[in-house]
Amino acid sequence: MTRQNRVTFIAVLLIVFFCAGQVLAAPIEIHWWHAMRGARGEVVDNIVKVFNDSQTEFKVIATCKGEYDEVVNAGIAALRAKKQPHILQAFEVGTQTMMLSGAIYPVYQLMKDKGYNIDWSTYLQPVLSYYMDADGNLMSMPFNSSTPVMYYNVTLFEKAGIPLLSKTDPVTWDEMGEITAKLIKSGVAGGMVTAWQSWTQVENYSAMHNLEFASKSNGYEGLDCELKINNEKQINHIARLKSWMDDKRFFYGGQKYQGPKSEFIAQNAGIYIDSISGIANLKKSIKDFKWDIAPLPVESWMKEPQNSIIGGASLWVFKGYKDKDYEGVAAFMNHLARTDMQILWHKETGYFPITINAYEQLKADGYYEEFPYQEVGVKQLTRRNPTKISRGLRLGYFIQIRNIINEELELVWNGSKTPKQAMDDAAARSNVKLREFEKTYKQ
Amino acid sequence: MLKKRSYFKSKTLPYILILPQVLVTLTFFYWPAVQGLAQSFMLSDPFGFNNRFVWFDNFTALFKDPLYLKSIGITLIFSASTAALSICSGLFLAAMANRIFKFKAVIRTFLIWPYAVAPAISGILWLFLLHPSFGVAAIAIKNMGIEWNPVLKGNHALIIVILASSWKQVSYNFVFFMAGMQAIPKSLIEAAAMDGAGPFRRFWSITLPLLSPTLFFVTVMNIIFAFFETFGIIHTVTQGGPGGATNILVYKVYQDGFIGLNLGSSAAQSIVLMILIITITVLQFKYVEKKVQYTG
Repeated sequence: MTRQNRVTFIAVLLIVFFCAGQVLAAPIEIHWWHAMRGARGEVVDNIVKVFNDSQTEFKVIATCKGEYDEVVNAGIAALRAKKQPHILQAFEVGTQTMMLSGAIYPVYQLMKDKGYNIDWSTYLQPVLSYYMDADGNLMSMPFNSSTPVMYYNVTLFEKAGIPLLSKTDPVTWDEMGEITAKLIKSGVAGGMVTAWQSWTQVENYSAMHNLEFASKSNGYEGLDCELKINNEKQINHIARLKSWMDDKRFFYGGQKYQGPKSEFIAQNAGIYIDSISGIANLKKSIKDFKWDIAPLPVESWMKEPQNSIIGGASLWVFKGYKDKDYEGVAAFMNHLARTDMQILWHKETGYFPITINAYEQLKADGYYEEFPYQEVGVKQLTRRNPTKISRGLRLGYFIQIRNIINEELELVWNGSKTPKQAMDDAAARSNVKLREFEKTYKQ
Repeated sequence: MLKKRSYFKSKTLPYILILPQVLVTLTFFYWPAVQGLAQSFMLSDPFGFNNRFVWFDNFTALFKDPLYLKSIGITLIFSASTAALSICSGLFLAAMANRIFKFKAVIRTFLIWPYAVAPAISGILWLFLLHPSFGVAAIAIKNMGIEWNPVLKGNHALIIVILASSWKQVSYNFVFFMAGMQAIPKSLIEAAAMDGAGPFRRFWSITLPLLSPTLFFVTVMNIIFAFFETFGIIHTVTQGGPGGATNILVYKVYQDGFIGLNLGSSAAQSIVLMILIITITVLQFKYVEKKVQYTG
C-alpha cells in the first residue's frame, strides 16, 4: 500500500465509522427503579423487554432497588444528588409525600403534553382514585394494586358443616361470629387471623362502611385533616374482635403476614384475611387442604357496602429531564396500560389489571371461569363507585400513623388498653404527626 | 527514667503524615455529625426543598411524647440486661474453660463461633426457636403449661431480643476474659490454693479483682453494643413491637428517619442518643474506673 492509498483508506474508514455512528445512535435510556423482586421482577423484565424490542428510539432500564421503603429512599437520595431516575415506584402510603415533593411531573400532564389522549374513565376507578389529587387529576400511574380478601379453609368448613361462602356477596360480621364459633366447636384451634391489621381492619373497614378515616375527605382536601378512627362503629368492631379472643374465635398472629399466614397453613385458623396478591404464595405452600376466597365481611347495617381500597404502589415521573426523554416515558406508560401487558401482569402476579378493557378481555377469555377466586378482589373493589370517603387515604407521615395504629391495636389485644382508649390514643398520637407534617409543608 | 524522643527535622512533615487520618475523620465522622446536628434544628421535607429552622421544636416534641420516654426506659432495661447477661455468661464460660486441660483449643474455638454470626442472623435463629407459631422451643415451653406468646406480650418479646443479643456477645466477652485470666500469674493462685482457698474463693478474691480492667473495658463495650449494634436483632425479631415494647432508641431513629422520612425528629433523636451514650461512658470512667485495679 502506498502512502497515499493508506491515507485514503483511513479516511474512508473514518467516514464509514462516523456515518454508522449516526445511523446506530444509541437509544435514549429511560431509568425505572422499582421494588419488584423474584417472580414479580421477572414479569417486570418481560414487560420491559417487549417495549424495548418494539422500537429502537428508547431503552427502558428497570432496576430493583430493594424493598418499598428502600426504593423511596434511593429515589430521594438520588434526587438530592440530581441523579434521579425517570420513573420511581413508590408505595401507596408514600403518595402524599411524593405528591407534595415538588419533584414530580404529574402523569395526566405528561400524557397530555406528549399527545396521548387517554380516556381515564376506561380505567378501574377505585385504583385510579387512590392516586388522584382533589380535582381528579391522576398524579402517578397505578402499577401494582391489590386489596384485602378473606381466605378460608374449605376442608375445615365442610368438616364443621358450614356452608361455603359466596364469591360476590359478603357475609356479615354477625355471621362471622357464628362461623368462627362453629369452627372452634368442631375442634379447630382458632377461628380467624388477619394480616396487616391496620390496612384490613381499620382502613378498609372504614372505606367499605363509608366511615371517615380522616377529616377533609380522608386528607384529600387539606393537610389540616384529623384522624376519625375513634368513632363508635370502628371501636365496636375492635371491641368485638377483642371479645372473640376469649374463645379464640379471633387470635393475633403478628403485624405483617408471616405469622397469620403460617397459622392458616398449619390449620390453626380456619379463616385468614390478607391481600389478594397472596394467592400465588398460598397455592405453592398449601397441599393438604382445599381453600377458597370470599369478600371481606361487612356489618349487617351496611346494606350497600362500598368498594374496598387498594394497597400496592404506583409509578411517579421525576422532573429534570429533556423533552425527548419524556416522549419515551410517556410511550412506556402507554405500553404498560396496554391490554395484553395488563393481562400478563394480572395472570402472573395476581395484581389487578388497571383498565376496564383488560378486565373485560379476561372475562371474555373465560379466565375467571377457570380461576373464579381471582375475580373476588376485582369484584369487591368495583362493586360500587368510590365515594369521597372510600376512594383512598391521603395522609402525611402515613407510615408512622400505620405504625401507631398497629401499636395501639396490639395494646388492645394483649389487654393493656380498652378499645376506646386505644383508638382515642391512636387518633391523638396520629394527629400530632399530622400537625408536624402540615408544619413542614406550610411556609 | 530515660526518655526516648524522635524529632522531625521538617516542621511540616508531621502534619502531612497525619493529614490522611484527619481527612478521613473529618469527612466520615465530623461532617455527618455536624449535618445531623443542623438537621435536628430543622423541619424539612424528605426531598430537601423545604427547610425551616425551628430551634428546639424537634426536641421538645420528643420529650412531650410519652412513648419516647418509654423508649428510653426500654433501652436502659434492654442494655443493662443484655450487658449483665452476656458478661456473666462470658465470665462463667471463661472461668470454666480456663480449668479444662484436654481439648482446650477446640473448646475455645467453639465458644468463639457465635461472635461471627451477624446480629440479624442471631435474631432469626432465636426467632425460629421461640416464635409462638413455628418455634421449636416455644412448643416445649407451651407444653410445660406456660403461656408463651412474644408476638402479643411485650415482656416475652423483650426476653427474646435480650437472649439473642447477649448470646451473640458472650463470645466477645469470653475472648477478653480468657486472655485476661491467662495474664494472671499462676503463682498467685497456687499460693492461695496451698493456703487452703477453694476454687470459688480463689476466683472471688484473686481472679476477679485482677480481671477488673478487662471487666471494665468489656462493660463499656457491651453497653455500646447493646445501644447501637442490636438494631439487626430488633429488626428481624420484633420490629419494635408488640405495642412498642422492644422499640429501643436506635430502632426508633431508623423507623422515624429511614422508613417514616421524618428527618428532623430522627436527627434530634440521634443527638439525644449521642448525648446519652457519652454521659454513660463518662460516668463509667469517672465512678467505675476508680474501683478498677490495674496491675504493673
